[in-house]
Amino acid sequence: MSETKFTKDHEWVRLDGGVATVGITDHAQNALGDVVFVDLPEVGRVVVAGEPIAVVESVKAASDVYAPIAGKIVEVNAALSDNPGTINSAPTTDGWFFKIETSDPGALDGLMDEATYAAYVDDLA
Amino acid sequence: MAESSESLLETPLASLHRELGGRMVPFAGYNMPVQYPAGILTEHLHTRAAAALFDVSHMGQAELVGEGAAAALERVTPADVQILKPGRQKYGLLTTAEGGILDDFMVANLGDRLFLVVNASRKHVDLPYIEAALPAGVTLKPLPDRALIALQGPQAVAAIATLAPGIAELGFMGVGAFTIAGVPALVSRSGYTGEDGVEVSVPAEQAEAFARALLALPGVQPAGLGARDSLRLEAGLCLYGNDIDETTSPVEAALTWTIGKRRRMEWNFPGAERVRDELANGTKRLRVGIKPEGRQPARGHTPIHAPGGAAIGEITSGGFGPSLNGPMAMGYVAREHAADGTALDLMVRGKAIPARVAPTPFVPHRYVR
Repeated sequence: MSETKFTKDHEWVRLDGGVATVGITDHAQNALGDVVFVDLPEVGRVVVAGEPIAVVESVKAASDVYAPIAGKIVEVNAALSDNPGTINSAPTTDGWFFKIETSDPGALDGLMDEATYAAYVDDLA
Repeated sequence: MAESSESLLETPLASLHRELGGRMVPFAGYNMPVQYPAGILTEHLHTRAAAALFDVSHMGQAELVGEGAAAALERVTPADVQILKPGRQKYGLLTTAEGGILDDFMVANLGDRLFLVVNASRKHVDLPYIEAALPAGVTLKPLPDRALIALQGPQAVAAIATLAPGIAELGFMGVGAFTIAGVPALVSRSGYTGEDGVEVSVPAEQAEAFARALLALPGVQPAGLGARDSLRLEAGLCLYGNDIDETTSPVEAALTWTIGKRRRMEWNFPGAERVRDELANGTKRLRVGIKPEGRQPARGHTPIHAPGGAAIGEITSGGFGPSLNGPMAMGYVAREHAADGTALDLMVRGKAIPARVAPTPFVPHRYVR
């Protein structure tokens, strides 16, 4: 069971056997409101950490989603195109955005653990 | 928008919004609910299905009193105000000497006076502008101590008529005074959603009790500015500051219908020279409805290009229509690209989204006949 880590951009990342699954947090989906569209990166694209690679659009606004780590996009959640509302209803499970392959086993070391992220969100309020 | 929360004004319903879980945001100098816990999508759909209560108390209300008030108001608008019968309201534009739009507004004839509603963001500009144009004997009286509450949706009038049956007798754009739940109220059958409904002016100190009485009616839920914006865009209605401003003329904005027939003979309103020239010779650009293909919204300030070609305009309002179940926008395009069905490219984050000029409203109006 791998640990879920979090970024300051309100994304979650779970690393399993060299592949990181990425989505947005419950706090992020709540702040965005009802998601109506998601623009996902192309599979095979090589990304650097911090690069905006996806866009999530709610009724009221568009928001960038960043690559939390460097690597190669190996899969995107195509089901989101037809059901973008999954990002609101299941942000940390079925609402995942994309998977990034990394050769760095310590890729998530600089990210926050769940308790640190929870404190970070509390400080924003 | 670097408005600090301390400097923001509040409406008389501020504590009710907090109690209802409203998410407060700065808007036109006021702290306003953008949504409640139900969310924009649900609030929008509920408005089209039943009835929603909107606090629009940030808008400017005023009375124009005195012999010749209607003629006096015509000094700042191309609308035919003098033709307006007692108990009737109309939509109009305040125009600048250069033919731009200073604001859009509602004016009602209350028999012994005119009642005006102007935009929150423009009231500090509008009221001095109107006042400066008034002859002796006509007085403008701002009404800062009144709240304005809209009840919108197919069940809105039936709901409020249980408290004041006469409201059901008002026609579209009809106005009357009623006592509702013990509160003296000025009611107009109008709104900003494309649905049937009313807008109600009440004394500020009774506004919360009044709003609670409406929220207690069957089918009524609160809705915020987010739903108000998606509803008005589906209805093809302009938002001042986005779709119209001092640089856009009534003709460019496709609001020529607000210019009275008599006023087009007299040409005696601010900016008449520009409007007359544009009606005779056409404008370089026109406001149009735009439907992007697919599901991706294109927001305000998105550049509009001819397909594969040069820039021909810009989106002024754009988003996702919950009832339309798709993206929608309005904006200005060069006149030769303004016909319904014309293909466009919307340049969103460097990619061209195909779109077409589309008739508005995107969702049919359901005003009472």
